[in-house]
Amino acid sequence: MDKATILTWLEAVKDPEIPVLSLVDLGVIRDVVISETGRVTVKMTPTFSGCPAMDYMQRDVVQTLQAHGIADVTTEMSFEEPWDTNMVSEKGREALKNFGLAPPPAYQGILDLDILEYAQCPHCNSHDTELRTPFGATLCRSMHYCNNCRQLFEQFKPV
Amino acid sequence: MNTEALKDLLYRLADDQLILGHRNSEWNGLGPILEEDIAFSSMAQDKLGHSLQLYTLLHQLGEAEPDTVAFTRNAPQFHCTQLVELPIGEYDFSLIRHFLFDHAEILRFEALSHSHYEPLAQVARKLKGELKYHILHANTWIKQLGSSTEEAIERLQNSLNYTLPYALGLFEKTAAEDEIIAAGIFVGEDEIKTRWQENITKILRQTALELPDAATLTPVYGGRTGEHTEHLQPLLDEMAEVFRVDPTAEW
Repeated sequence: MDKATILTWLEAVKDPEIPVLSLVDLGVIRDVVISETGRVTVKMTPTFSGCPAMDYMQRDVVQTLQAHGIADVTTEMSFEEPWDTNMVSEKGREALKNFGLAPPPAYQGILDLDILEYAQCPHCNSHDTELRTPFGATLCRSMHYCNNCRQLFEQFKPV
Repeated sequence: MNTEALKDLLYRLADDQLILGHRNSEWNGLGPILEEDIAFSSMAQDKLGHSLQLYTLLHQLGEAEPDTVAFTRNAPQFHCTQLVELPIGEYDFSLIRHFLFDHAEILRFEALSHSHYEPLAQVARKLKGELKYHILHANTWIKQLGSSTEEAIERLQNSLNYTLPYALGLFEKTAAEDEIIAAGIFVGEDEIKTRWQENITKILRQTALELPDAATLTPVYGGRTGEHTEHLQPLLDEMAEVFRVDPTAEW
């Protein structure tokens, strides 16, 4: 049992609100620590501080590893390395797009208002879109309208 | 560092989030348009999340569990400003309150992200990113409605005049003020208030609304030391109803 194997197993744990996205690709699993006695600690960080899915994610991580025969497993939530959307992997971005959710635009340095309002349509790839409301069906989504294909779409909002 | 001074700061921050979060949630199902229903409900969820993180910091400092702290105290034990406990009223009031409160809040958490108390700095770094969306939302609607019809402008102006003294109460200092500044935990209320006035002025200048001269107003103080309006206790009774019947209930 090593860290790489555990991370592969954790690929199976999906975001309960976006079932195509693994927690590893989402970036909420920050580290896996295996102690000398074999205790596995999965270090996680929340996406949004009020996200109700975090409890489910922790439970799913524990259950998945237990199913692989790891008896001594715990999760640890920390803000030490706070999550931001730049932590979503390339694979994760692709999965979001295929799911119909515009992936969060990568940004450098400070996230300014221009980035919050920008989204590329996941259906027709147009950049001619406008922000309708910064809040959506879940805390991590905003709603946009595409002027090109005239569809309303959601974006995994950048933070 | 005196832990009591730090706890006082954390209670002020957490209680504001919890109570305004609860008030925002009262728009659930009542918003003037569906998007606003969702926006206020989402901000409610964020604010409850923020209060949970702050109550967790208090728990680490020896206070009771977050749920116990949130659900078992009565009004005189709350450190929130009177601004956040006022009923939601009409949409114009709730929008103005949201605008005035969140502009102060984002500055507070930006400043706290440099706090010498590292656990608080970590939480603040997280929350300030989420608050950007609250600011974006508030600014969008204030700019749009604040320069639209005569009725919209008049309603917002009346709400602004009514709410501003309460909003100034956000900057009420407590006995812990000098100590938390000296310890590098927080820059202090005066600093936040100055920046807040600059920021809200910038937005209001793009509208037909006029910011009353704060110097001529008497801020509504008292909330930080447990003096509240008659509106807080009924809110607490409703919020804690299930918990008080069965503290082990899950919902």
